[in-house]
Amino acid sequence: MADLQFGDARPDAEEIQIVDSFVSETAVVREGERVVRGGVTRRREQRHLLLPGLHLLQNSQGWISPGGLNYLAEVLQVPPAEAYGVATFYDLFATEKPSIPGPQHHICVDAACAMAGSADLLSKIQATGQRVHESPCLGQCERAPAMFIQEVGAPDRVPADADGFSHPQRGDSSLRLLRRFGVADPLSIDSYTSNGGYDALGLALNIGTEAVLSTLEASGLSGRGGAAFPTGTKWRAVAEENSSSKHVVANADESEPGTFKDRLIMENDPFAVIEAMTIAGVTTGSERGWIYIRGEYPLATHRLNHAIQSARASGYLGSKIAGSEYSFDIEVRRGAGAYICGEETALFNSIEGQRGEPRSKPPFPTTSGLFGEPTVINNPETLINVLEILNSGVDAYRSLGTKRSPGTKLFCLSGHIRFPGLYEIPFGVSLGELLQIAGGVVGDLQAILMGGAAGRFVGPEKLDLPLTLEDAAANETTLGSGALMVFSNEVNMLDVTRRLAQFFRDESCGQCVPCRIGTVRQHEVLLQINAKGPDQTQRELLDDISAVMGDASICGLGHTAASAIQSALDLGLLPSGAP
Amino acid sequence: MFGVGGGTSSYAEVEDTDFVLLWGSNARAAHPIYFHHVLKGLSKGAKMFAVDPRRTASAKFADLWLGIDVGTDISLANAMSREIIAANLHNKEFIEHATSGFDAFADHVDEYTLERAAATTGVNANAIRELAHGYATAPTAQILWTLGITEHHNGVENVLSLCNLALLTGHVGRWGSGLVPLRGQNNVQGGGDMGALPNKLPGFQDVADDSVRAKFESVYGGPINPEPGLHLSLMFEAMARGDLTALYIIGENPADSEADVDHTRKLLAELDILVVQDIFLTRTAQLADVVLPATVGWAESEGTVTSSERRVQRVRAAVKAPGDCRHDYEIIGELAQRMGAKWTANTPEELWDELRSLSSMHAGMTYDRLETEGGLQWPCPNIDHPGTPYLHGWLWEDDLDGRAPAPFSLTRYAGPKEQLTDDYPLRLTTGRVLDSYNTGVQSSGYESPIRSGSHLEISPVDALNLNLVDGERVSVSSPRGRVEMHIKIEPDQVAGLTFSTFHFPELVDLNLLTNDEWDPLSGTAEFKAASIRIDKLPIGTSRG
Amino acid sequence: MKEQGDSQVSVHINGIKVSVEEGTTLLQAANSAGIEIPTLCWAENLTPANACRLCVVEQQGSRTLVSSCSRVCEDGAQVLTDTDRVHRSRKMVLEFLASSNDLSQSPDLVAWSKMYDVDTERYKAPAKIEDQIKIEDDLFVRAYDRCVLCYKCVEACGDDAQHTFAIAIAGRGFDARVSTEYEVPLPESACVYCGNCVGVCPTNALQFKTEFDLRDANDWRPSEQTVTETVCSYCGVGCSLELHTQDNHIVKVTSPSDHSVTSGHLCIKGRFGWQYVHAPEFKPREAP
Repeated sequence: MADLQFGDARPDAEEIQIVDSFVSETAVVREGERVVRGGVTRRREQRHLLLPGLHLLQNSQGWISPGGLNYLAEVLQVPPAEAYGVATFYDLFATEKPSIPGPQHHICVDAACAMAGSADLLSKIQATGQRVHESPCLGQCERAPAMFIQEVGAPDRVPADADGFSHPQRGDSSLRLLRRFGVADPLSIDSYTSNGGYDALGLALNIGTEAVLSTLEASGLSGRGGAAFPTGTKWRAVAEENSSSKHVVANADESEPGTFKDRLIMENDPFAVIEAMTIAGVTTGSERGWIYIRGEYPLATHRLNHAIQSARASGYLGSKIAGSEYSFDIEVRRGAGAYICGEETALFNSIEGQRGEPRSKPPFPTTSGLFGEPTVINNPETLINVLEILNSGVDAYRSLGTKRSPGTKLFCLSGHIRFPGLYEIPFGVSLGELLQIAGGVVGDLQAILMGGAAGRFVGPEKLDLPLTLEDAAANETTLGSGALMVFSNEVNMLDVTRRLAQFFRDESCGQCVPCRIGTVRQHEVLLQINAKGPDQTQRELLDDISAVMGDASICGLGHTAASAIQSALDLGLLPSGAP
Repeated sequence: MFGVGGGTSSYAEVEDTDFVLLWGSNARAAHPIYFHHVLKGLSKGAKMFAVDPRRTASAKFADLWLGIDVGTDISLANAMSREIIAANLHNKEFIEHATSGFDAFADHVDEYTLERAAATTGVNANAIRELAHGYATAPTAQILWTLGITEHHNGVENVLSLCNLALLTGHVGRWGSGLVPLRGQNNVQGGGDMGALPNKLPGFQDVADDSVRAKFESVYGGPINPEPGLHLSLMFEAMARGDLTALYIIGENPADSEADVDHTRKLLAELDILVVQDIFLTRTAQLADVVLPATVGWAESEGTVTSSERRVQRVRAAVKAPGDCRHDYEIIGELAQRMGAKWTANTPEELWDELRSLSSMHAGMTYDRLETEGGLQWPCPNIDHPGTPYLHGWLWEDDLDGRAPAPFSLTRYAGPKEQLTDDYPLRLTTGRVLDSYNTGVQSSGYESPIRSGSHLEISPVDALNLNLVDGERVSVSSPRGRVEMHIKIEPDQVAGLTFSTFHFPELVDLNLLTNDEWDPLSGTAEFKAASIRIDKLPIGTSRG
Repeated sequence: MKEQGDSQVSVHINGIKVSVEEGTTLLQAANSAGIEIPTLCWAENLTPANACRLCVVEQQGSRTLVSSCSRVCEDGAQVLTDTDRVHRSRKMVLEFLASSNDLSQSPDLVAWSKMYDVDTERYKAPAKIEDQIKIEDDLFVRAYDRCVLCYKCVEACGDDAQHTFAIAIAGRGFDARVSTEYEVPLPESACVYCGNCVGVCPTNALQFKTEFDLRDANDWRPSEQTVTETVCSYCGVGCSLELHTQDNHIVKVTSPSDHSVTSGHLCIKGRFGWQYVHAPEFKPREAP
C-alpha cells in the first residue's frame, strides 16, 4: 500500500455522489484536524469495493473517466495505476469515452449464436447507427442469438428475459435438481419453503457438521464445473482449517461457451443456492458467503439479491441463522466480462479488487483462497446437489447414476438440436439418448462439442457414449461444464475452430507467456490455413503450441485452449490439407 | 542511549516487529530504503502509528497519525507513560529486574494526564490513549525517530522520553523491539564512533579518562588534551566572543546550513583564518582563506562508513578524482606531518587497523571481513565475533551482565524556545524531500523530474485568512530575517503550521529564518521550530 | 532472530537426491545441486511472478509441468529438469517471445534461443508487441517493444519493494501492457524515480538514460566497464551501491540484490544522485 499520488483529473458531481453514496466507510478517516486513521489493514479491507465501484461509474457515465477512477481510487486508497489495470481487464468497462452515445449491445458471436444468425442481428443493429460489441458466449445458448445491453443510468438488461422461461422437461416428476423449476415462485421464500426449501438446512443443523461431511463424502458428489473434485473432501479440508475467518464462494461466473445451467438455477431456484451455501458455511465454520455472478446475468443477479434479502428478513441469513448459534451472510459480486474469472483463483482476485489473473496452485483455496483465507468454492449446480443429498439421503441419491458418477447431471444443449435447453438426466444415459430426449439433431450430425470451448469435439460414432465422468475420460473427452453443442453437416468447422481460437485469444488474461502469446499464434495459424487445411508445418506448429499451452500455462484456460481445436484436427473435421 | 551512542536495532527487525512508532521522522522521503524494511513489516501485519506535526508521506502509511503541535513531544511521551502505568500495562517484571528509578518516574509523570497532553499537543485524548495502549500491549515494538525529535532546544530530553517508554514496556534488548534513531548522512554514526565528539575518543571512550588517553597517546605519538572540546554551537558562541579565531571545516557548508544563517556568515567572515576542505567551492568555501580540494568520499576514496544499524561498510574509489584533489586522510595526514606529528598509519586500511587496536568494539572488523560479510555491526570485539544485531540484550539477562540497571529519566515538557506571537503568528518547521539533500551541493547535480523547488507549504485555512492563492510569491519573515518565496497550499497541513525544505539556499535562503537556539546537551539547533509571519507582496510582484 | 524452519525435505532432481530446508523452491534446490534452470521473470529479490514459464520442470504426479521458481519442494518428489517435454515447452516460450519482442538487448534470451533451437521463421506475420519508445525525462527510458511482461518492474514498483504503484499491468491478453493510469507520462504519474523497475528489467525495455545515450552514440562498451561496490552518501541507511564505470565515468548505478540493507533496491538519490561527481564545479541553479 502506498503514499498514493492522484493525478489532476477530477470527478464531476455525479461521480462524487455515486462513489460517496456507495462507500460507507472510506479507507482514510479524519478524526479532527490532527488525527487521521488509515493504514495498510484498512486499505486492504476496502479494496474489494473496487469492482462494484467501477460497475457504478460505468453505469452512471457509460465509461470510467479519469476523474471518476481517481476519485474512487482515492476513497478506497487504491493506487490509480492498479485501479486502471483492473478497469481495463474487463470487457464491460470502457476507459475511453464511447464515440457513439446510447446503449451498448453485446451480441454473442460464439458457435451456437453464430449458427442461429447472430451476424444478421449484429449488422441489423449496427445499421441503425447503434453501438454493438461482438461478445463471447452470453450464456443464453438455448435462445440464440443472444444479446445483452448496457445503458447509461439504466439497469443492464437481456431483452430475451422478458419472454419468460420455458422448461423442456416441465412436468417430469423424476427431476431432482430441477424439481422446483416452474413450480416454486423464485421471488417468494414462502413458496420455496412450501416446496421443500430449507429442509436441508434444518437437517444439517440437526445432525451436525461431522454428519454432514460424512454424508457428502458417502454421496460421491463431485464438482460440476469440470474438474470433478470430490465436494466432501473439499468441505472437510476447509472445516479442518484453523482460521478465524473462512469463506464460502459460489462460482456463478458461468462463462464456458455453451453453458447456461447455473443461470437457469439462479433465475428459477435462487433460494436453493443460498440454502446450500448456508449449509456450507455452517459445516465448514465459515461466516462469509460470496456469490460471484457473471455481469451478463442481470435477471439472475436480481433474483439472488431479492432472495438474499428475503432470507435475511426471515432469519435464514445473518447472525444466529434459523435460531442456531451460527452466523452466515452473503454478498453478491458481479463480474464484468472476463471468462478467466470463472477460474477459481482468478475469481478470488476479481472479488478482492485485483486483476482477474489466476494464482499459482498450490496453495489451494481450501487453505489459501479468498483474501488468502480458507475457502470453499463450488458452482451452483454442485451446491444444489448438496440439498438433494441431505433431503433424500445417500442411498436414494446414489440409486441414480453410476458408482463413480452418482446422481444426476445437468446438460446444456444448443446448436442444431430440436429443443435446445437445460436437461437433467441421471449419469449413464448415452449421448444419443440425450439428443433424442432433446428432440434429436436438426440435420445430419457432424460433431458435438462436449464441455464448451475448453472441451473436445466428438463425432457421430460416439453417440453410444454413456455420459459419465469415467466414460468421458476413457474416451478422451470430457463432460466439462455439461455443455453439448451440436453441429450439423452444414457447419464449416474451420470457421468454428477459428472462432474458438479467437475466443481464447480474446479471453487469455495475458499473465503467462504460453497462453498470452500461444493463443495468438494458434489463431494466426488457423487464419492462415487455406481451404486445403493445414500443411505439415502448420500442423506441427499447432501441435507445439498446444503442447506448451497445455503443459506450461498457469491455469486451466491455457491448458485447454487448444484441446477443442486439436480434437477437431484429430477427428478430421478440418480439411486434411496438403502433405 | 543507556551509555552507548547508537541505535539498538537492525533494519531487519522492523520487518518482524508487531508495532512501529514513527516519531518525528519522514523516513519515506529521508530514508527511503530503510522505509522499505518498515513496509515489509507493515505488509506482514505490523501496526504503525505516526507522530509528526505534518501528515507526511510516511504518516500516510500509519494506522493512526497524531499531528502534535511542534515541540510538544515530551508532553505526549510523558502522557503515554502515565497512561501505560495508570492502565497497568507497564512491564512490572522487566522494570523490577532491569531498571532503576521507576517510582520517582511514576510520580513525575503523574501530572501528565491525557487531558493535559491533549490540550498541549492538540491531539485528542482518545488517540493518545490508543497509541499508549497499542505500544504497551504489542508483543514487540520499535520507536523510530529522526531530526523531528533531535532538532529542538531540548532534543536530548525528547530522546530520553522515548527511552522511558521502552523501559516501561520492556520494548528494548530483544529482536523486534528497540529504539532506532535514523541518521541523516552516511557516516553520522561513524563520525561519532570515530570520536568526532567534543568529549570522546574513538569507540566512545572518555577523553577525561587518564588510562584511555594514555592508550591513545602511545599510538598517536603525542599528548591529548583532557578537556572536552567544543561542539558546533559552542564554537559559534566562541567565535562571537572572539575566543575562537581559526576554523578548519571539512565537508560541511555551514554558510548555508546553519540556523540563523546570516549570523553564521558574519561570524565566518570575521575569523582570522578559515580553512575549508571540500569537493566544491561552496558558499562556505567562498569565505575561506585557504581551500583544500578533496575527493568525493564514497566514489573517489577508500575507507569505511557506519550506518544507522551500526554496520561498518567499505567505501571504495570507483573513479579517479579530477586535478589536484586529494583524499581527506591524505590532507589531514600531510597537515599533521607539517605540524610535527609522526603518524605511521598511512593507508586507509592501516588507519583502520590502528583504530581496531584502540577501539574494542571495532577490534574484530578486519577489511577482509567487512568485504566478505557485507559489513559488520558493532560491537564486534574479536575476529570470531559475528557482530551485534541488537544492543542491550543484557537487560534481559539474569545478572544484567553485571551492569547497573537502566535508569528512567525525568523529563519536563517545555515548548519551543520561540513561542508564537502576534507579530510572528505562524510556526515554521523544516525538513527534507525525497530527491534532494541538505544544501543541495550534491543533489543539484542531477535533474530530478519530481523536483519542485523550494516553497512554503501552508494550510488551506491560513491561505484563506491571508488571502493567498496557491503558488503566490510572498514575503516570509522571522525575528531574524526575511525571504521571498512561493507558497503551496497543502490540504493536509494543520492550520498555523508552515513547512519548507532547505535544499535550495540559492533560491530561498531559508535558514535566514530558522532559530539557532540550541540544546545544551547536544549542541543541536532548533531548526524545527521558528516563528514567522507571511505578508503579501505589493501588487505586480507576487507572481513569477 | 527470525525463526528458521528446522525440518528438512528431500527431493530427487534428475536422479540426484537433494536435501533442503522446508519451504525451499525446486529452483533453489536445483541450483544448490549445481543444476541450472533458465529463468526470466524470477529474481531473488522479488516474489515469483510465475509468468514466463521458462523454468518449468517435470514433477512426477503432476499432470502439467510445474514452475520451479515458485513450487516448493515436497518431500520425496521426483523431478526432471531436462526432458524432451520440458525442452519443448522452453523452446516454445522462447519462440513466442522472440516472435513478439525485440530481444536484442537480452543476452541471456539470445543465448537460450540458440541453445533451444528457436525457429521464428515458421511464424508467418506474427503479431508483435509494438510501442513507441518513451523518453519523458533525463533519468530513464521505456521501450516496451522489448517488454516481455515479466512483471518484475510492477513488483519492484509495488509491494515487493517500493510500494509506489506508479505502474501496473493494464489491458488483457496479448494487449496487456505495463502502464500508468490512462497511460499518463511517467512524470505525471506517482513515479518517484527510484529506478528499481529499471534495476530489475531483464530485457532492457527499461534502461537508464545514460546507457540509452551511450548506446545511441554507439559508445556502450560493457566489456570495458568496471563495477565498484561502495556505500551511498545521501543518508545514514548505508545502501550498498555498485558503480558501473566506463572511461573513469559513472554510467550506471545498481545495488546487489542479496545485500541485507537494500535487497538491490535504491532511491532516486542513490540511483541518480552521482552526477555531481563528474561536475566540473558546483553550479547552483539560477533564481527564477
